[in-house]
Amino acid sequence: MSELFDTISAPDGATLAGLRADLVRRAEAEGLLDVAYRTVDSPLGALLVATTPVGLVRLAFEGEDHATVLAAIADDVSPRVLQADARLDDLARQLDEYFAGRRRGFDVPVDLRLARGFRRAVLEHLRDIPYGRIESYASVARAAGSPNAVRAAGSACAMNPVPLVVPCHRVVRSDGSIGHYRGGAEAKRRLLALEAA
Amino acid sequence: MVMRVCRALLASADADDAWSETFLSALRAYPRLRPDSDERAWLVTIAHRKALDQLRAAGRRAVPAGELPDLATEDPPRPDDELRAALAALSPAQREAVVLHHLGGLAHDEIAATLGISPAAARRRAADGIAALRTRLTGGTTP
Repeated sequence: MSELFDTISAPDGATLAGLRADLVRRAEAEGLLDVAYRTVDSPLGALLVATTPVGLVRLAFEGEDHATVLAAIADDVSPRVLQADARLDDLARQLDEYFAGRRRGFDVPVDLRLARGFRRAVLEHLRDIPYGRIESYASVARAAGSPNAVRAAGSACAMNPVPLVVPCHRVVRSDGSIGHYRGGAEAKRRLLALEAA
Repeated sequence: MVMRVCRALLASADADDAWSETFLSALRAYPRLRPDSDERAWLVTIAHRKALDQLRAAGRRAVPAGELPDLATEDPPRPDDELRAALAALSPAQREAVVLHHLGGLAHDEIAATLGISPAAARRRAADGIAALRTRLTGGTTP
């Protein structure tokens, strides 16, 4: 029966983009936009980035299903989630520069609300590991205040909600092997190679 | 899906407005949405309501009661103009069931719950509405 409705066409891309942008403006004016997101193309595939008014709350790799990630954000942060590319233009530019080897750190606020307690302490420390340097999980555990919590430090890195910007890829195993990474071991290798260049 | 519902009932500019209003309403209402609610059905229902609001507003703007607004003066013709006119000519009850079921993808029992009628009545309204649409659009031929 639905062939009756085949004539209904979708608006063209430009119209839809205009509508979306207008919706974002109106939602912001009413204080209804809690999470803005966009995707950014990168040598590691499409990255999903999402920000709250506080700062970047989530960065997801292509291998993490973006729809699933957005659904989790709706559950864990707020269901008021809208695609709002312009809000994240600055970070998109910084990511481009980073992958081009022209940037060594990210100058954006982060919102670490998705990590609590020790995990958060680990992430706070990771931000101090400079570009091109690596640290062991044991040293991260020590720096975060719990020298014996090496495994917990490892899982805090593996579950980092904002990889790249909080550089968990700079943490490797004491034996020199690469360790887990949300974007996959290959992505981690490529990032370390980029930063070593 | 929301845009399909809006465009089935409205000319382009009004459909755009209804689309925006639907999502703004949804954003306003989110904190009150029960965790077990079906968000898709809820959104489609809002879209339908917003589209009807726009239809009424368009009616108030220009045209005599019961007539279709002369949309061609504001908007370029669209391939679905004929469909829109046929939908507008349905009884409100049939149109509601057709839009929610065939465009919004709501099941008959979801429509029944939304409208406060029995699932059988929802099914009948949608079927009667489709039959009427078919008659109007194709001169009554059966598929």
